[in-house]
Amino acid sequence: MSSSRPALLTVEGLTMRFGGIVANNDVNFTVDQGSITALIGPNGAGKTTVFNCVTGFYKATEGRIRLQTEAGEVEVGELLTRPVLGGSYLVARAGIARTFQNIRLFKEMTAVENLLVAQHQRLNRNLLAGTFDSAGFRAAEDEGIERAFHWLRVMNLLDDANKLAGSLPYGRQRRLEIARAMCTGPRLVCLDEPAAGLNPSETEELSELIRRLRGEHGVTVLLIEHDMGLVMGISEHIVVLDHGEVIADGGPAHIRSSPAVIAAYLGTETTEVTP
Amino acid sequence: MRAKVHEPIDFGHALRDALVTGVLTLLVLGPVTNLVLDGYAITAELLRGPLIVNGIGLALVVALGRFVVAVGVQTPAGRDLLTRFGQKGAHGVTVETAADNDWHRVLRPLVIGGALSLLLLVLSRFGLMDVQRAAALVLIVLFVVLGQGLGSLRRRGQSSPWRILVPLLFVAGLVLPLLFNAWGLFPKTWIGNLILALIYVLLGLGLNIVVGLAGLLDLGFVAFYAVGAYFLALGAQYFGIGFWTALLCAPILAACCGAVLGFPVLRMHGDYLAIVTLGFGEIIRLILNNWLEVTGGPNGAPAPGPSLFGLEFGRVARGEGNTPFHEFFGLEYSADYKFLFIYLVLFVVVAAMIRFITRLRAMPMGRAWEALREDEIACRSLGINHVVVKLTAFMMGAMTGGIAGVFFATYQGFVNPTSFNFFESVLILAIVVLGGMGSTLGVIIAALVLTLLPEVLRDFADYRVLLFGALMVLMMIWRPRGLIRPKRPAFAPKGA
Ligand SMILES: Nc1ncnc2c1ncn2[C@@H]1O[C@H](COP(=O)(O)OP(=O)(O)O)[C@@H](O)[C@H]1O
Ligand SMILES: [Mg+2]
Repeated sequence: MSSSRPALLTVEGLTMRFGGIVANNDVNFTVDQGSITALIGPNGAGKTTVFNCVTGFYKATEGRIRLQTEAGEVEVGELLTRPVLGGSYLVARAGIARTFQNIRLFKEMTAVENLLVAQHQRLNRNLLAGTFDSAGFRAAEDEGIERAFHWLRVMNLLDDANKLAGSLPYGRQRRLEIARAMCTGPRLVCLDEPAAGLNPSETEELSELIRRLRGEHGVTVLLIEHDMGLVMGISEHIVVLDHGEVIADGGPAHIRSSPAVIAAYLGTETTEVTP
Repeated sequence: MRAKVHEPIDFGHALRDALVTGVLTLLVLGPVTNLVLDGYAITAELLRGPLIVNGIGLALVVALGRFVVAVGVQTPAGRDLLTRFGQKGAHGVTVETAADNDWHRVLRPLVIGGALSLLLLVLSRFGLMDVQRAAALVLIVLFVVLGQGLGSLRRRGQSSPWRILVPLLFVAGLVLPLLFNAWGLFPKTWIGNLILALIYVLLGLGLNIVVGLAGLLDLGFVAFYAVGAYFLALGAQYFGIGFWTALLCAPILAACCGAVLGFPVLRMHGDYLAIVTLGFGEIIRLILNNWLEVTGGPNGAPAPGPSLFGLEFGRVARGEGNTPFHEFFGLEYSADYKFLFIYLVLFVVVAAMIRFITRLRAMPMGRAWEALREDEIACRSLGINHVVVKLTAFMMGAMTGGIAGVFFATYQGFVNPTSFNFFESVLILAIVVLGGMGSTLGVIIAALVLTLLPEVLRDFADYRVLLFGALMVLMMIWRPRGLIRPKRPAFAPKGA
């Protein structure tokens, strides 16, 4: 936690209530620039809710979520409450990309098309240029296709480029979703249980990929994961949630020996079995 | 794939199936059709005609049909067909392959279309078919093939035969109606039928953007059609605008109406959106009906015909110093000219629209529509403003509907609110659903079939809605995703 790197994302006093249910209660943590940070905890601890607040799908009841961007600091809540044009898409444009716990690909589109949709903001959206297939339009489109294939290559999905996303095996769908998130050109990518449903060798491949995302592609990673092997292996910073509250925060060694974490996990023995 | 060993055909089983179906049909239809209330007594009329109202006859037909099908699926050819249908799988969506633009692939619709046209002409030559009907069908076949050509995108760096064929077909589509008309094969009634058919193609294409591509169920699409039609009629009445001005301005006005409706409702989903749009369609109709001073109410309003560089198509010129078209060219007056002209302009506009929509599907906007249909939350997570994207779909659809309205008004020469009732919205929606959500070619075919079938089968005109319903039910059973599923485009990196 206490590294010399500057914080990319700062979550301060995040509280999220659904009616009477308190899903998150005064959650504080930071994600350092260029780090791999893991958010762990038993089922129902409120991890996905934190993600939804960070990525702007929920408006946090209380608290501030600040992201450092090239253009200065932005506050997620402010993006959501902007008059008329406010919305979670602004959070994505500010540089936070995400994947979903239950995969949300565009199933009846091909893998490449999925990645092209993710580049919507970067492509040439001029109607006239597109209708007459102008040189500028074609150049932008070609660049988009190149970028799509670049990420397919990184994610070992080249063979599936022109297959329907919904027809891919589960593990590949997970990787395609990460590739799609990366195509938006994010500063922070949030992965919600990326290894859920993967077999051990696929999990191994995935952890290698996540390491490379950070190492070679310079993106900061925040992930939720139940697979402790994966979490301990790749993340340098771990935040543990239980009943909506942070019960431990620190490096892998610190978390492993934390009595609070051990108690939380021993209290719910089945939490390590992912669905 | 075909099994080497031919299993014997089980006729007994087929017979049993046929019997069961026949009896069931008889039980369901018999009492309804063959028991006639005569005074206070009910009498059984066993040989009641025509066939369509005779349950016994229908039961026999159905049983025979079931028998033929039951035997048919046991033959190798039938089995092949079944597996081919099965293989399309759960999605039924396929990705295009490099072979899709081969000459022989492209030529197939052309050859089929050509053969069909020849067949029609031969039939009519030997008096087996009405010549005028055959001529009109030839034009329709031509249009469908052209639609397929306009609707296919060239793969990057590949030459497609359509590049040569499309211009040829386009010119043929412009010249043939003139020739047919000159030879007396293409009378006013058929020109009118084809104009209406093309108007429905346009409406289908417009709604296809909203429902098929963006996945927004719009039950009030007819409102934009009405806006276009009334814009021409009322614009001419109050501001003296002509057909061409209306053709340019109506789409803009309709798109604005789409935006006005869309902005407040597009945060809604599914059923709610459907109900609000349904209400909007009715509101527009009620305004047209009840605002007597402006719209003329149920009596409607006259709409001007088109003009060609200021030449009018009426018998006598209306404005001062205007010459009618036929006088200018020294021709005999004929009402056909006006309709032929509308047909040709409409043909060009529909062709351009098909091309535009095809291009849209390859542009970020079109992709965003389809992505939105697939998963709105995922779209938002990718930085796509879903409200704006929906709004563009709504506006594009409305715009197309507005253009169709202008043509409708100028063709009818008169508009009134009954042309824009709810059934019209349903018909347009049926065109989109039957054609195959998102498929341009499917929509073209469905629009032509649904509007022209009643004309071709004049004898069955009374049973139009019945046939329509039966067609819907059958389609939902066999092809729930519509006639044609659009193929997904394939991409290759530059190096490959
Ligand atoms: N949209 C919602 N409405 C009501 N309750 C919710 C909602 N989302 C999450 N919750 C509740 O918040 C708690 C935390 O859920 P979640 O964040 O999904 O847990 P985790 O991802 O850690 O398994 C659960 O008790 C869940 O029922
Ligand atoms: Mg979760």
